[in-house]
Amino acid sequence: MTRSTSDGGLVLPRYLVEDPSHRTPLAYPGYRSTALRAPLREPVDLPHRLTEVTGPVLGEDRVQAHDADLTWRNGGEAVGQRILVHGRVLDSDGRPVPGALVEVWQANAAGRYRHVVDQWPAPLDPHFDGLGRVVTDDLGRYEFLTIKPGAYPWGNHHNAWRPAHVHFSLFGRAFTQRLVTQMYFPDDPLFGQDPIFNAIPPVARDRAISRFSLERTQDNWALAFEWDIVLRGAEQTPFEASDPADDDGDVA
Amino acid sequence: MNPLDVPADPPGPFQPRSGQRGSGFLTGPLRRGTTPSATVGPYLAIGLSWADGEWAAAEGTTDGFWIRGRVIDGAGEVVPDAMVETWQADPDGRFPSPEDPRGAAEYPGFRGYARSQTLSGEFAVFTVKPGRVPDGEGGLQAPHVDVSVFARGLLDRVVTRIYFADEEAANAEDVVLRSVAEARRDTLLAVPTGDGYRFDVRLQGESETVFFAV
Repeated sequence: MTRSTSDGGLVLPRYLVEDPSHRTPLAYPGYRSTALRAPLREPVDLPHRLTEVTGPVLGEDRVQAHDADLTWRNGGEAVGQRILVHGRVLDSDGRPVPGALVEVWQANAAGRYRHVVDQWPAPLDPHFDGLGRVVTDDLGRYEFLTIKPGAYPWGNHHNAWRPAHVHFSLFGRAFTQRLVTQMYFPDDPLFGQDPIFNAIPPVARDRAISRFSLERTQDNWALAFEWDIVLRGAEQTPFEASDPADDDGDVA
Repeated sequence: MNPLDVPADPPGPFQPRSGQRGSGFLTGPLRRGTTPSATVGPYLAIGLSWADGEWAAAEGTTDGFWIRGRVIDGAGEVVPDAMVETWQADPDGRFPSPEDPRGAAEYPGFRGYARSQTLSGEFAVFTVKPGRVPDGEGGLQAPHVDVSVFARGLLDRVVTRIYFADEEAANAEDVVLRSVAEARRDTLLAVPTGDGYRFDVRLQGESETVFFAV
């Protein structure tokens, strides 16, 4: 097969692989549910090709105005400490990731999720559903208003309590950048006994903890926490293939 | 010996173990550590439910079909609280993404991306057969769908690929399939059914699905 790579060659980003000693492992012995769910075999290396370096465009059309304010639902104010959660979505080279869809969900101030599976004896809040969505701006910034979630027991071990956290789901530009994670609050006394937090390698735990941000608190209204989210960065590398439009004669 | 008779320090400057007085912040590449992943947990339905989630291609798209399947744990139990996401090329082998260096393609009604929870015992995604995409080694990949699976009990997503059992010729020359031990390739094949294809994900066990490190 003859191919021109000089004029038809594509240049693709190759997304950096974080050092395994800085990544959350799939399984962690203290987190019991991982035992039967986390795969046991070594994954097969998948070099980044076109399917891996592309990703869906999911923007403002997925977000409504009230999605950035979780504190007003069903015609009333949610109970709890109002907080502004803000920060930037960056890649590991420090570049902002604009136009990124950020989906968040969380428990209410009492530590209860509005979900049929969550049946512990803490009250629901009729004015809180725990769902938020935002899209990052041109500088990769995001902000939403919510209430500080409560801690809750979860039965993993005796007297197991999850530290307060907000779930985050992010799309970057590419399939390789997809991230689902949890944001914690500074100095939570429950960190020590939580296997989901402690599954994160010690060097990377700080990256999951937001920073109290006095400068962005809003007078007579809300406290503020800042959390930057860092997705994998990329280097540009030649991808030695010509455009398939030029290939019609080549492929049987 | 007098414990208070401390000898003078050497005349030259002390050196840290690295031999460099500084962190290297100004001389190394600017690199920020990536945010560590965490489990999606049992309450993902609150944050990740979309009314149009299952439609990678719009309802009524010509040659559209369903891919359905279960996610099965190491005890052989169906996982009812997982989410499966898919991403793929359109039938021309192009992507609706500006990250495609050939340019973003628009194929009518095609989003290329779908997400489906397994509440009913299986996921379901409506899509079209992807076209073949260059493999970067002078050939074309077989039609494939990139898949992420999220669930309580998984601290990160797991990634796999769906290939199609009725694409034998293309599959035989696919560079990714060929990188997988022959005995395990079947775990990546979606099998034709009445309304499309079936693709089960086995998280553990004898026929554990092949997962990929991306």
